[in-house]
Amino acid sequence: MFTRILVANRGEIAVRILRTCRVMGIETVAVYSDADARALHVTLADRAVRIGGRAPVESYLSQAAILDAARASGAQAVHPGYGFLSENDAFAAACAQAGLVFIGPPPDAMAKLGSKTAARRLAEAAGVPVVPGAVPGDQSDAALIAAAQQVGFPVLLKPSEGGGGIGMKAVHAAAELPAAIAQARREAEAAFGDGTLYVERLVARPRHVEFQVLGDRHGTVVHLFERECSIQRRHQKVLEETPSTAVTPALRARMGAAAVALAKAAGYANAGTVEFLVDGHGDTASFYFLEMNARLQVEHPITEAVTGVDLVRAQIEVAAGGPVPWTQEQLSQRGHAIEVRVCAEDPRQGFLPQAGVLALYREPSMPGVRIDSGVREGSEVSVHYDSLLAKLVAWGETREAARQRARHALAHYPILGIRTNVPLLLRLLAHERFVAGDLDTHFLQTEAAALVPAEDTPSADARAVAALVRRGEPAAPAASDSATDPWSSLGGRRV
Amino acid sequence: MERLVGDLKARIERARQGGDERSVKRHREQGKLLVRERVERLLDPGSPFLELSPLAADGLYDGEAPGAGLVTGIGRVEGREVLIVANDATVKGGTYYPVTVKKHLRAQQVALENRLPCLYLVDSGGAYLPLQAEVFPDREHFGRIFFNQARMSAEGIAQIAIVMGSCTAGGAYVPAMSDETIIVSGTGTIFLGGPPLVKAATGEDVTAEELGGADVHARLSGVADYLANDDAHALELARTIVSTLHGSKQLPGDRTPPAEPAHDPADLYDIVSADSRHPYDVREVIARLVDGSRFDEFKRLYATTIVTGFARLHGFLVGIVANNGVLFSESALKVTHFIELCNARGVPLVFLQNITGFMVGRQYERGGIAKDGAKMVHAVANSAVPKFTVVIGGSFGAGNYGMCGRAYDPRFLWMWPNARISVMGGEQAASVLSTVKRDQLSREGRALSADEEAQIRQPILEKYEREGSPYYSTARLWDDGIIDPLHTRDALALGISAAYNAPIPAVRYGIFRM
Repeated sequence: MFTRILVANRGEIAVRILRTCRVMGIETVAVYSDADARALHVTLADRAVRIGGRAPVESYLSQAAILDAARASGAQAVHPGYGFLSENDAFAAACAQAGLVFIGPPPDAMAKLGSKTAARRLAEAAGVPVVPGAVPGDQSDAALIAAAQQVGFPVLLKPSEGGGGIGMKAVHAAAELPAAIAQARREAEAAFGDGTLYVERLVARPRHVEFQVLGDRHGTVVHLFERECSIQRRHQKVLEETPSTAVTPALRARMGAAAVALAKAAGYANAGTVEFLVDGHGDTASFYFLEMNARLQVEHPITEAVTGVDLVRAQIEVAAGGPVPWTQEQLSQRGHAIEVRVCAEDPRQGFLPQAGVLALYREPSMPGVRIDSGVREGSEVSVHYDSLLAKLVAWGETREAARQRARHALAHYPILGIRTNVPLLLRLLAHERFVAGDLDTHFLQTEAAALVPAEDTPSADARAVAALVRRGEPAAPAASDSATDPWSSLGGRRV
Repeated sequence: MERLVGDLKARIERARQGGDERSVKRHREQGKLLVRERVERLLDPGSPFLELSPLAADGLYDGEAPGAGLVTGIGRVEGREVLIVANDATVKGGTYYPVTVKKHLRAQQVALENRLPCLYLVDSGGAYLPLQAEVFPDREHFGRIFFNQARMSAEGIAQIAIVMGSCTAGGAYVPAMSDETIIVSGTGTIFLGGPPLVKAATGEDVTAEELGGADVHARLSGVADYLANDDAHALELARTIVSTLHGSKQLPGDRTPPAEPAHDPADLYDIVSADSRHPYDVREVIARLVDGSRFDEFKRLYATTIVTGFARLHGFLVGIVANNGVLFSESALKVTHFIELCNARGVPLVFLQNITGFMVGRQYERGGIAKDGAKMVHAVANSAVPKFTVVIGGSFGAGNYGMCGRAYDPRFLWMWPNARISVMGGEQAASVLSTVKRDQLSREGRALSADEEAQIRQPILEKYEREGSPYYSTARLWDDGIIDPLHTRDALALGISAAYNAPIPAVRYGIFRM
């Protein structure tokens, strides 16, 4: 087992990884940019190394700086978290070359899964259903149009490389195709340096359901059930839950087997997530493979909540060469978990990221609620990084119990000094369609009017705490002290 | 905005120079201190001076009268606030132009409202004779200076004259009407008619010193009470006199320790654009003026185009009324309510003016916007607490009235260099006048050509552009000065503190039209 791990990330995920390391008795090394010198993850680690300037390319994306930090601090392994370098197979390979263990999948499996077209071919070969679609070898407009006609409208155009929704175009009729192809190609080239597109069937009311898998270096792969992530804003998840209200035991078994089969076909090890698109719900629902995320997911705590495992611990164990710590039969789901992402963004201004100081920030503490955060009161939130401040995970015996806990905890989560999406999350948790579990990936867009608050009102708790803080200050008059009379205190001021 | 402030400072600096080099040289040769040196010597060392209208007469009288030849303001002498009126003899011998009279009377009004002892540093040849018709006869002309002295003396507001040069003709009444008078030996003279007039009237040949010098008045006539050897001695005597006056200042008991704004006031330059049409939230301005940037907003959710609430300025509780858009009926009612609150509690009011006016249109007229606006004007007019107005943007139409414009007797009214003031915007005025012309022509069966319309519009636009300028305003004493936005907080605090020299009377309203 490792004795010292470097965490190549920042924010809540760095904090979360550090905590597990501490439980396991492993020393930790944090890295930080100039913007994060006083960040929470820096103070929690056993040691911290400055790796560069505020911009991610100067710090958290700088492979050389991170490898230097690992060498200098004597770390044996690097945990990349999510984002930044986590899915960069070149970085994983560079770690190996530097004699460091990369806590994640092997570089070749990452490379295979990084390309959507390659991943799709892999899925087809492993007998995992994919959305009817085509990746024309011939990328001419005519070939793409023919492919679209074969797949059947409506279709979705996607860049072969990359993700995050960039460059994706929904096309409802053949006439719209040429313009959409040109635009998608342009965006793909701009974002990923590769304009290769593929065409797939657009499912009208899709749900996004993903499966957590974990594999070891000995060929064992298990799945840890699903996470429903249909509540998204432009392909950025906002709320996730498990189990999914669309998934029945029979469907779960089919999907889980497909996820494991795919991971095995890719030669996958460590934690990963297989994303599916689900059409319909219940035993008869169809599901299609979307992509595999070769890393720990933001929303992994809901899986931990219902299965009782520590996924980061398992990641470290298998990276150290150990076996998957559980058999598939030992794993089970208990209760229901919901995660909401608390972000520094203003829903009333088109989710504009917010920067500033968290003047007041008090995390709620109550049964069944877990908060993973990378900030504390007084933290400065900058625009250089992701707007995610914290993840609030509520667990309950039933979905309704989890929902109530999530709402209650959010309502007692005073944050002042910076605008957040908490008012939107509260409305979302109370929305009748959410309560009924009637979800699809268009939910946020369709229900925007009911979800985006008209007024920027701090929560009752935030107001109460602000009032108390203020009351603590000397409100008593300083008497009519003539020394504080501006005619005395302003000196030789000439107005 | 920084450019505007730079321009303002340059203009004030120029005006402070006073008269031309030759006059300054001659002044010094007589052994006299320059007017600003006199003021500095009079004040307590290291204490503030709140100067009034330093740019009076700017651009008037062919630029002959910088500062209108008069320095006025509130300063501290022997630990108490006094009102200083000091002639600048380097500017046309300190004679009174029409705006000089206005500036002198305005200073006296400030003294009266705030019960501040008046110190007149006299060095003036009296009325500027070529403009006598605009200086001498009317109610608010020269004679009013002495009327005010008599009335203030009766009110127990000390009137002290320091004769440091000539006090000719009408000017002679300033020391004569004062409670106590100091005269400087060798330079100070007081006479109703100077040697040339005496010669013309009686053929008598006399020197100024024999006619009305310091010795004559201190030893023979009794017009002066103290004889000073020079300017410095005279100012020292004046300080001694002030030290014998009873102070009446009563600071409010609920002052809190002063605190700087939490938000940097320097941000004001970026927040407030030089273009008045560029919108911003006035709370951003308030946050940069008040202690700790704390503002307890009243009726925040109601009539959102006007912002009202309580804050502290250097520890003084104030009620703030600030525009955040056009005024509607509800806005007027909200302000009326708030003014009643402040009056009921004796809280001074601060108006931050940036107002295009009241809303117009059929719906609003039918809704009775005129009577609601009238309620606001009524409440402002009858308000008994001290009021302070800062024009931070536009000041147009009846909005000027409701927001405590000059006619509503704010204790002080300052403008920011970006401010604009006129009965309506130039564009609107040009449109109104061309519409009137078009209607007139159409009654005669003719149409208004584009050319004719431009001929009506252009001069109007130019006129409003010129006359809407804060410099046009301040030259004519429509305000108490243009100030750097960064000085607003201190100017307000000094004004508010000075206002506590006078008790706050009980409020009485008339009939609010319902």
